[in-house]
Order: sequence, then C-alpha cells, then structure tokens
Amino acid sequence: MNIIGIIKKGEYYDSISIMLIAKHISEMEGVDDSAVVMGTKENKSILTSSGLMTPDVQPAGEMDLIVALKLKEGVDSKNVLYKIDEIFKATKKSDDGENFTPQSIDGALNVLPDANMAMISVAGRYAGDVAMKSLQRGLHVMLFSDNVPIEKEIELKKFARENNLFVMGPDCGTAIINGVPLAFANVVNKGNIGVVAASGTGLQEVTCLISNAGCGISQAIGTGGRDVRKEVGGIMFIEGIKALTADPNTDVILLVSKPPATEVVEKIISVARGIRKPVVGVFLGASPEFLKGSNIRQALTLEEAAMKAVALSKHDSIESVDENLKSRTSEIEQIAKVEKAKLSLGQKYLRALYSGGTFCDEAQLLCQNVLGEVYSNIPFGSSKKLKDSSKSEKHTILDLGDDEFTVGKPHPMIDYSTRNKRIISEAEDPETAVILLDIVLGYGSNMDPLVEIIPVLKEVKKITVQQKRYVPVVCSVTGTDKDPQNRTAVVTALGAGGVKVMESNAAASMLAISIINR
Amino acid sequence: MNNLFQSELKVINIGLKSFKETLDKQNVKSVHVDWRPPLFTDDKVMSIIKSNTDKIEAANKQAIQKILNSKPFIVGMGKALDVVPGMKKNLLLHAGPPVTWENMCGPMRGAVIGALIYEGIVDAPEKAEQIAASGKIEFSPCHEHSAVGPMAGIVSPSMPVFILQNDEYGNKAFCTMNEGLGKVLRYGAFSSDVIERLKWMEKILYPSLKKAIEKIGKIDLKNIIAQALQMGDEVHNRNRAATSLLYRTLAPSIIQTTDDKEIAASVLEFINRNDHFFLNLSMGASKLSLDAARNIEHSSIVVVMARNGTEFGIQLSGTGDKWFTGPSPIPDALFFTGYTKDDANPDIGDSSITETNGLGGFAIAASPAIVQFVGGSTKDAINYTLKMYEITAAENNIYKIPYLNFRGTPTGIDVIKVVEKNILPFIDTGVAHKNAGVGQIGAGVLSAPAEPFIKAIVGLANQIK
Repeated sequence: MNIIGIIKKGEYYDSISIMLIAKHISEMEGVDDSAVVMGTKENKSILTSSGLMTPDVQPAGEMDLIVALKLKEGVDSKNVLYKIDEIFKATKKSDDGENFTPQSIDGALNVLPDANMAMISVAGRYAGDVAMKSLQRGLHVMLFSDNVPIEKEIELKKFARENNLFVMGPDCGTAIINGVPLAFANVVNKGNIGVVAASGTGLQEVTCLISNAGCGISQAIGTGGRDVRKEVGGIMFIEGIKALTADPNTDVILLVSKPPATEVVEKIISVARGIRKPVVGVFLGASPEFLKGSNIRQALTLEEAAMKAVALSKHDSIESVDENLKSRTSEIEQIAKVEKAKLSLGQKYLRALYSGGTFCDEAQLLCQNVLGEVYSNIPFGSSKKLKDSSKSEKHTILDLGDDEFTVGKPHPMIDYSTRNKRIISEAEDPETAVILLDIVLGYGSNMDPLVEIIPVLKEVKKITVQQKRYVPVVCSVTGTDKDPQNRTAVVTALGAGGVKVMESNAAASMLAISIINR
Repeated sequence: MNNLFQSELKVINIGLKSFKETLDKQNVKSVHVDWRPPLFTDDKVMSIIKSNTDKIEAANKQAIQKILNSKPFIVGMGKALDVVPGMKKNLLLHAGPPVTWENMCGPMRGAVIGALIYEGIVDAPEKAEQIAASGKIEFSPCHEHSAVGPMAGIVSPSMPVFILQNDEYGNKAFCTMNEGLGKVLRYGAFSSDVIERLKWMEKILYPSLKKAIEKIGKIDLKNIIAQALQMGDEVHNRNRAATSLLYRTLAPSIIQTTDDKEIAASVLEFINRNDHFFLNLSMGASKLSLDAARNIEHSSIVVVMARNGTEFGIQLSGTGDKWFTGPSPIPDALFFTGYTKDDANPDIGDSSITETNGLGGFAIAASPAIVQFVGGSTKDAINYTLKMYEITAAENNIYKIPYLNFRGTPTGIDVIKVVEKNILPFIDTGVAHKNAGVGQIGAGVLSAPAEPFIKAIVGLANQIK
C-alpha cells in the first residue's frame, strides 16, 4: 500500500473549504483513502490510528494543513499531487471583483447594522471568543461549532441570560427562528408549536413530523446537548421555555432531550408548572415515570412526542395518539411478517447505520426492550460498546456521524461514502437480517441523496441475489416536501428501489425489530 | 428575548460560507464574515491586554486626537547638518529600524556608497565600502531623528532638507527633496550622474526653493493632501496631483525670488517632470502627525511602520522608542520588462509612514488610477481600503475618499485589532532591485509581516503589567 502525506504550511482554510477539498480528493481516481486535517495533536493521533500517518507529516503544527493519502497500487503519486494542487488553487481563488467581505463582527455590523443573530461555525477553540464578542454587541448567538470548553459555554450562557440573549449551542446543528431554518434544518410549516431541543436530529425529526402532519412550528430553539447537564444547569433550555411561554404565537411547547441532570429536571418541572400552555416532553432514555407529578406530558419516542404536540395544537385528545400508534404497530407487524418469511436461516441480526446521532440513541432504546443485547460505537441505555467500530457484532447500531468516522471528512448527512461502504459490507455478512438507515433532508444535508444511495441499494441486491439471500432495507426519511430535496420524491424513489420507507425513525426501528424478532 | 421573535431575522454568518448561501436562498438578510484565527493567542499576554481595555481605549482616543488635530506645514529649508536633531559629520541616516552595514541590503549599501561619494568623504565606491565597514561612519534610523526617507532613505550631513512644523503641537520633521525616477540614490544608484544630480539639487534647486518658501511663509500640507486624495492620489505610489498642487503654490514665488530666468525654469521643470516630488513631503507630514501621538502610556496605536530592506519595524505610541521587527517581505509586484520577483529586494523605505497615517495603501480607494499598476481591479482597491477600517481606530476628519461618500480614510492602526482579527496593514509601494545601483524594477502591494505586530502586542503587555 502506498501512503503519502504532504503539509501545507501555515495555510488556514475554513472547515467548509477543507470539507470540499476532502470530498474532491476522496473522489479522485487512484485514491483509496484520504484525510485532510489541520495538524493538531488529536488529528495526528487519529491519522496514526487510521493508518494514514507518515513521517513526512509528523512535524506539522496546528496551523498547518495535512493531506494524507492512501493510493491504490501502481498509482503515480506525482499525478495525484498535481491534481490536488489544482483543487487547492480552485478553492483559494480570490474574490476578484466581488463585494467587500468584512473580516470581523464589527466590520459586519458596519454592513448590516441591525443584525440580530450571529451564526458561528469557526473552530471550537476560537468559537467561544467570537460568541462572546457577538453577545457584547447585542447579538443572539447560534453556535454551530463543537469542542468549545464547557467553562466557556457556562460563561457565555450566563452573560447571555443577563442580557436577554440566546446562546444556541455549542454544537447546535439546527434551529428554526422566525420561520427561517438555520444550519442543518428543514423547511417546515409555520404554526403554533414551539420546540426547545437539546438534540439536533431530534429537533429535525419532531419539526418535520409535525409539519408533515399538517401542523406547524412557531420557533424551534436548539440549546446544544450539554446545556441540560449539571454543569451548565439547563440555562438555555429554561430560557427557551420561558421565551416560548411568553411568545403569543406559541400555543404548545415541545421539549426534546436526553434525560437531563436531576437538578435540571427539577428546574424544568418547576418552570413548566407555571405555564398555562400544554407542554409535551420527550427525554430519550428516561423511564415512563420520569415526569410523574409534573404537568409535562411525557412521550417515549420522538414520533410520539410530535404526534402529541400535534393533537394538542389541534385540540384533539391525547388518547387518539395512543390509539393511532397502536393501530400502526399492527400494520408494522403485517409488513414484518411478509419480510420475515423471505429471510434465510442464519440471518439473525440488525445492522443499523445512522447519520443522525439522536436516531442512533432512539433505535438502541427501542431495540434493547425487544432484542436484548445491542452493540454500538456510542452505547446508549444498556447497549455494549463495540470492540472495533469498523466491525459489527450481533445487533449493531452505529452512529456514523461520530468523530471517529468523520475526521477529515464531511458529515455522513453530506458525504454518504463511508456509510455506503459499510452498507455493502453488512450486505455481504450472511448474519445480517435487516439493514436500517436514516436519510436526513433539508438545508445543510446532501442536496441529491438519491444519487448517493440508489446505486448502493442496487449493489446490495446484486450481492444478496448472488448469495441467494434477501436482506430487507428499512429506512426513515426526515424532511418535508418543502425541503430542497423534496421528501415525497425521495420516498417514492426509495420505495421503487425496494426499500421499506417508514414515516419516522421510531416506526422504521420498530419494523426492523419486528422482522428480526422471531 | 421575545424581541427576536417579533423582528426580522438578520444574520451575521461567521465560518461556513454554505450557511450564508442557504440564507440567501431564503431571502434572509445576512452578511458573511471572512473570519480567520487571531495572529497570536498567548493567554497571558491577551489577558493583560483584555483587563486593561478601558485604559488602552482611553489612551488610543488621546493618540488619535493628536494625529487628527496635527497641522503639518512646510516652514523652511536647511542643511541636514544644521537642522536635523543629532546630525553630525560622520552620521548617515537610513530608512527603517536600526541596521548595521553587515546586514544592509544591496540598495541601501549602494545609497550609502553614493552618499559617501557625494559628501566627498571618498572618491571611489571600493573606498566607500571600506570606510562604511570600518566603524568610522555611524548609521542611525531617520525615524530617530524626526526624519523620514523613501526607499534607502539616506540623509547625509550636506543634504538640503525641508523643515516641517506641526502648528498644533510644535514638533518638527525633516525630509530630503525627491530626486525623481530612474537611477537615483534612494534605489541604491551611485554612478556619477546620480551624484551630479544631487549636487545640482544642493546648489541650484535648494537655494531657489528655500527663497521661494521664505517668501510664501508656510505651506499647508494637510490641505494639499486632502485635495490630492480627491484628485486621484493616495500620496504614496501616486503623487501626481499633490505635486501639481505644490507646483502651483511654489511657481509664482520661484519666479519672483530667482534672479536667473533659466534657473527658475530649470527648477520648475525639475518639479514638473517628477510626479513623485511630493512623496517626501507626504511622508514628512505623516511623520509630523504621528510623532505628536508618541509616548501615550497604554496606547496600542502604531506610530511608525518602516523597512530597511532587511527588516520591517514598527513602534507603538505606548512603548516609547522600542522597535519591534521581523524580516521584511518581498512585495507582490508587477515588474518592469526584464525583471522578476527573483530580482526584487525585500520591502524597503520609510514611505509606509503614509499608511500609518491613513494614506497610501489605506487610501487606495481614492486612487483608482494606480490600482492596475499595482495589480488588481478598482473593486479590489475599494476592498483594500474597506478592510483597513477593521484595524484602525478612527476615520480621518480631513482626508476623505470621494467614492466612499467622502468617508474619512482609515486612520490610526491599532495593534490589538491587527492581532485579534489577523488583518495586516496593506501597503502599496515601489520595488527596488536587490543589487545596488539598478534602481526601481516594479511596483506592487504587500501586507505587513505578522512578526513585528505580535512582538509589539507582547511588548505593550509587558509595559502595562
């Protein structure tokens, strides 16, 4: 194997440029594997563990860019490096003749003096300072960046609370403010349901389900996952609830999170107690008694939470939701029965390959209740940790958006290549009974997911037919018909490709589980 | 918080550009920030700076007031030996931060050789090199003697200089007369025609100008610069308008005070044929204004940017006479036919004092005529100026840019902004051949190097703590 690495000294590229460059490089002929990363210690150790380290790039500092390549046998490295240079040149192309781009918040405020929101996605170690500067200028902050130290997060949120400002994040991937989807978000109906979420994919799922059910969203506020931990104390989660309580356009409040720290739960319950608007909460992984005695109506899945919020916003009875879900379960069992009959002996295990972290959690919870032992790279509930994330064991539920899969590569909602490879290897495994997937649409995600996924599904069919097996593929599609990708178009094409497409991740997970559960 | 829900969302996007594109598609008003990491992130240093923000800002306000209130005038002329503070017979002043003969670049050595021949200290270049290396000749930066000089910036004892005075604060500054283009001392040429021209300037040009200025009394430089900016100069790389305005001011008096018509005509023709005649004066006027803002405790305002062809050095108002230096970069230039970047000397000259004063590269939006010469479109020039507002403390009250609705030029470089925003001062400049005596080989633009600014912020923090 031919591994080469080059250092681009002192070259700063923003992460989107790096992502674009990485994507172009990974698509180059002759390149087997690649990574484009800044030369931080962590990144270097990741390169080492992924077998892409060479002595050439060892001296790179954290302001240097590393391009590491694994070339296919017999490929001329000179040729590849020349092409890479061209890719870099193309991204560096100056804004010749373009309008002035300010280089600081103050500069931007000169151009847009009445701006009210700063969307920050610079590297984590700088993001905190940039966020503080924004707050000091009176801007609300959506902090997309991760790796912001928790002390900094607390400092930011305390300052924001004192000044009546929001800090959404760090690591907040999505929000919908005044009807505008921010970062990774979907185009949903406007309506009277307000959401506060400490989970990005969770927020996307509930807002899409609500919109697809004909209702709409007033505001969807992301807080970042750490907000509900003891250290941060739910500062923005609580502020979000208060803001929705005061908002005349919000009639129903929906809370989405993993179970918060006990202190934070108590605060949430006590704030909710004073609210006259109905409140629904889904705290994935919490027991059904978690909110007993509070006036928050608990849901156990994202879907149930969305449906309950919908019912409340239409003044329907909550019980109708339970009934609907029950009848849906029997529908799922019908489909499962048919699929189950097509499986061969020895096809025993679920292989779930997720791009959305919250979906991975939700699937693990649902699976644990029925199938028992589950493995994951990000174990949740009673799941066990995979010894090696690159090899599935028994029932495996993977989060491919986790750092170990994304270093030097775009997120799997954008770049399907890592997951596509994994789908093939799961299809080749005679023990695989069901492949479970998520596809997340909306701004920020891949604009043409069918181009990425359809060829792989054909390949799966080819492999399994050759091996005289059938592997059902089950999938949920998070999105709306107003999203640039159009959900109906995607669902129709997947259906035509033989995929069992369900309306939610919970439903898709339940179908996958029922097929396996003999 | 609810005011957010009630108002139109307007976003500043810092980081991934695709988020801005998404907002554009939805017709959401937004502006993208081309953000980059700070030049320097040492916590100790930056926390000293941060915890003294109030004092620094107050000091900077004071410094800016002094820069803006300064009133530079030409008040006379004299021989360097007689008028420049600290000048002596065996002293040569040079551009930029201090430098020894051993470390001098080619063009500066050439100019030293020429000056020693001009002074009559030696009669041949080889002897000049010997004596320059012997220690008998002392070297000192112009800036340490209230003076400024373009390119090599050599000022020798017999050279005539303009005497400039700041009518607001009383301080003085000195600069030589500009020799013109082609083979000239400031680019390191020392052939006999160069020396002859210098002699002519001393014997003919100087007395005539001196008398004319005496008759006029004093000449308002700020006024000329302000007008020139509206006539397409930025008074660093383009001085055509300013030179013309000065010519109009001087001409009647030159004719009245010079007995010999032929001499009067030759003097006027010399100024007329040298579009850069005003350069030394725009530098002197800048020096005068910035010197007034020196030694204000805590101030992070840059009062000098200067290059000696080897190093680039800066001084801050709040750090006294300390120089902060780093290697001088080679400008990104358009070269005259036959020359390439390999021939270019690293950036040289005190002329970046104009940028320090909100002129030159900082005012390039006022000078579309030279943008192409320095490589770029008119829009580039406007963007360069707009970018400099990011790192300056004020907008000039007198120097205005027509295209930007007469917005004042970005004035008073704040080293803290430079470091935090990672935006380096933009300079447009001439390029010297790296060998002595060849002269100018191009013109171009460059960003100041980072190192002096990083050292300066550390120096300021050390001074404060």
